[in-house]
Amino acid sequence: MCAASNPVAGRNGLAVLDPEEIRRALTRIAHEILERTHGGDGVILLGIPTRGVPLARRLAARIGEFEGLDVPCGSLDVTMHRDDLRLHPARALGRTELPPGGVDGKTVVLVDDVLFSGRTVRAALDALNDLGRPRAVQLAVLVDRGHRELPIRADYVGKNLPTSQREVVHVLLTEVDAQDSVMISGEGGKP
Amino acid sequence: MKRHLISAADLSRGDAVLILDTAEELASLADRPIKKLPTLRGRTVVNLFYEDSTRTRISFEAAAKRLSADVINFSAKGSSVAKGESLKDTALTLEAMGADAVVIRHGASGAAHRLAGWVQGSVLNAGDGTHEHPTQALLDAFTIRRRLRGTGTAGARGAGLDGLRVTIVGDVLHSRVARSNVLLLSTLGAEVTLAAPPTLLPLAVGSWPCAVSYDLDSELSKSDVVMMLRVQQERMSAAYFPSVREYSRRYGLDAARMARLPGHAIVMHPGPMNRGVEIAAEVADSVRSTIVEQVANGVTTRMAVLYLLLGGTEFPATGVAQ
Repeated sequence: MCAASNPVAGRNGLAVLDPEEIRRALTRIAHEILERTHGGDGVILLGIPTRGVPLARRLAARIGEFEGLDVPCGSLDVTMHRDDLRLHPARALGRTELPPGGVDGKTVVLVDDVLFSGRTVRAALDALNDLGRPRAVQLAVLVDRGHRELPIRADYVGKNLPTSQREVVHVLLTEVDAQDSVMISGEGGKP
Repeated sequence: MKRHLISAADLSRGDAVLILDTAEELASLADRPIKKLPTLRGRTVVNLFYEDSTRTRISFEAAAKRLSADVINFSAKGSSVAKGESLKDTALTLEAMGADAVVIRHGASGAAHRLAGWVQGSVLNAGDGTHEHPTQALLDAFTIRRRLRGTGTAGARGAGLDGLRVTIVGDVLHSRVARSNVLLLSTLGAEVTLAAPPTLLPLAVGSWPCAVSYDLDSELSKSDVVMMLRVQQERMSAAYFPSVREYSRRYGLDAARMARLPGHAIVMHPGPMNRGVEIAAEVADSVRSTIVEQVANGVTTRMAVLYLLLGGTEFPATGVAQ
């Protein structure tokens, strides 16, 4: 989770994905989900707040366009399951909203903006465990920036982005930030 | 947020709204198969109860357990307090046992404040004498917001209680619930009116952020919320009204008075009720009454408070108490 709700204005960074590229990446992921799940039967998309949620909605809309399939879409807040809670002041919770019917027996595709250490995904797997028993869990991310600290990998990746530990990757989405782009900044300790 | 929750006045509007928003997210937990979160694993919460209580103690216990904290219940009866141990010595004992939070109910006003100066952990006031009961006010505000401002998505999130008219009726003098509610609800933007006989209003009520009326009937038609208080006979050392019957006639909420409320208005009571004194049975059991809901919301709200006080970084040990 590098893309916290930081203000966008005045940030100097390098744009690595423009709106068109984000659109194409999501289109490809939507097709891949359909392919791997044999037509998307029993699939539900759960976005991890904040920016995973609009990404999950966009993927659901694409899948609807391509196959006329209504894929249930929801959100999964992982705050209470994080392993770094004690390192920060208590934070506000995001929303957990499951589609009617829950997760039991479904193929759950978790959706997030950036995959980094893998700790958010671990928290999401724990949170999911308390909500029911999915048939399978997969992971879709817009950007995989490497530096994993846990044995976790994504099933669907929008873009593999080699980064250094000190760089910061920001995903900006129209629904949250009024623009679509992926920026990389902060090499050399700049915020 | 401050480190302790002693008074509703400690909460800024931002703090209060954050607690309500957190509670709103935690409310969905009640519908899930596993009603438990791992967030406070390894933390210890002590319930230190010097006064009898059913719902508050159980509510705090349930809240702490749903967040996976360890709970130690301590009641004055059957403990060293019965042998004459002072509050300070008891506090130091708890401190030595490593309590991360102490939930205290005490008959003396200011007990929670004193305790906060003696222990390292967070102190949550669960009622001190006739002073304050801030988590009750928070759960009341949460109940009001859910009923009158909607639940779920965007609607309620971040909202206060601006423009709502709340009438608090009855024994304000002995009520810690009333004081905390006046402070919190006015912080959240509600207009609070106290309706009570002059003998049951505190002397300094003029300095409270609320209006005062001696006539309940004139307030009914403009109230969005009516909050009935229990007549606390156990705290009354003198005659504050001629008879229970007369009190009930003038300040009790019966079906006829409830009919004069606006259509959307709700009736609240912090419990325990004296049915037939301040509230008639048919009012307590009506659809407008939120009394049972308040109990359920109590667990959720207290989970939110415990999470926000204990869930993050520990407050620096050298921090100023309060």
